[in-house]
Amino acid sequence: MKRRYFDHVATNPILPEVLDAMMPYFREEYGNPLSVYDLGMNAREAIENSRQQVAALINAEPSEIIFTSSGAEANNFALRGIALARQHEGKHAIVSRMEHHSILNSARVLEKMDFAVTYLTPDKYGTIDPETVRRAITDETTIISITHASSEVGTIEPIKEIAEIAHEKGIVFHSDAVATVGNIPVDIKYLGVDLLSMAAHQFYGPKGAAALYLKKGQRITPLIYGGIQEGGRRAGTENVPAIVGMGKAAVITGEQIVNRMNHVSVLRNKLIKGLKKVPNIHYTGDLEKRLPGHASMCVEYIEGEGMLLLLASKGICAASGSACTSKALKASPVLLSMGIPSSLAHGSIVFSLGIDNTEDDIDYLLEEFPQIIEKLRAMSPFAAKGWADMEEGGSCTAKN
Amino acid sequence: MTIKFVENVKPDVTTDIVYMMCPMHLLKLEEKIKDLQPGQILEILTDYDGALEDIPDWCEKTGNDFLGIDETTGYYKFYIKKNAR
Repeated sequence: MKRRYFDHVATNPILPEVLDAMMPYFREEYGNPLSVYDLGMNAREAIENSRQQVAALINAEPSEIIFTSSGAEANNFALRGIALARQHEGKHAIVSRMEHHSILNSARVLEKMDFAVTYLTPDKYGTIDPETVRRAITDETTIISITHASSEVGTIEPIKEIAEIAHEKGIVFHSDAVATVGNIPVDIKYLGVDLLSMAAHQFYGPKGAAALYLKKGQRITPLIYGGIQEGGRRAGTENVPAIVGMGKAAVITGEQIVNRMNHVSVLRNKLIKGLKKVPNIHYTGDLEKRLPGHASMCVEYIEGEGMLLLLASKGICAASGSACTSKALKASPVLLSMGIPSSLAHGSIVFSLGIDNTEDDIDYLLEEFPQIIEKLRAMSPFAAKGWADMEEGGSCTAKN
Repeated sequence: MTIKFVENVKPDVTTDIVYMMCPMHLLKLEEKIKDLQPGQILEILTDYDGALEDIPDWCEKTGNDFLGIDETTGYYKFYIKKNAR
């Protein structure tokens, strides 16, 4: 059975030319970048070349790129690193309830360290209103972190406006752009962010390489102490092959991003149009300001896990909420924060498209998915009579 | 060595390595001093206590002048004047 992959927000296949670029650094170019002989110098040169390539993708300076092992590490580093570096100025951080766990859990750790944290609630489209950010600011606020886009509902947040509000008050602004870098153009100068997280495997690079953009002159406390790697800001021998792959993937992404957006947008529209015949599907997130290849929805009366298992049996890979939420078998906190009732949030399913998807993939999905919904609804005790909280009105964005 | 405290030194170049640990203070010192002309002054901002010993020692070994430090809230300002070698 052919596999049909619709989970590109979880990860992406690595491009063959990216893997080719990495291979010498697994084999003959195995040097430690800190070593002074040729092997080390070659590795150092490769990392600095990659730093330039990654910087160019987001319109940053190479010296503003700090390589990390993952988007989660970049997020931990950003939130905790700025909060600690500025704690003499205040001990209040602002994040949103749309954030990835790497931000939310870092915020909880800050609370244990006697910081105050405000968790902003989005509107029903998953958007953080910049004015709610303004109202949450106190004299103690030193860091605000709002995701550029949620991988669960695809809504693109008004980052530029929020950054302006932060800077009016002298507050540092970070954005988790793991879900956007590679999917839409991201320009740090246009957005006005002070820090921004990204991960290579989200744009067809390898896992194990990610980066934090840190605006020149911004102080940060390290997350990992040790050697002098990354200017003393992130210790540990560099994952040279993965960093080289990230650079190559960044170059290709810069060249192809418009084509990629057009490709997945067409497929997504075809998918949404094709699902119109299925009743009681509620689309989540903003229908306009969203990631181009992202279709997220709650299917009434059935659970995401059931859909995922039956889809998997047909060779279809998808997700229910975030990857973490899928494993925990609980309603997505992101969906709940948007006002979606728990019963409906359990029926969450996310299809995220990529450059490897074809019209044929969508045709196959449109043939199989409605049958799976029908089958599960036939077994659901709620399908016939509905559920109480739904009758009170769920706050979803659109309904078939 | 007795540390001399100074005020109102006008540096030609400043490098900020606050929150960076050993040996970044020595690496940045070497890197930045190379770009200075003899007589110019480098200012290093650091909160690393080990620099209190290391930077004066480095200056002595390399023949540059350690002018002193200015202690401010949370970190030190080190002043080094480059000498002709």
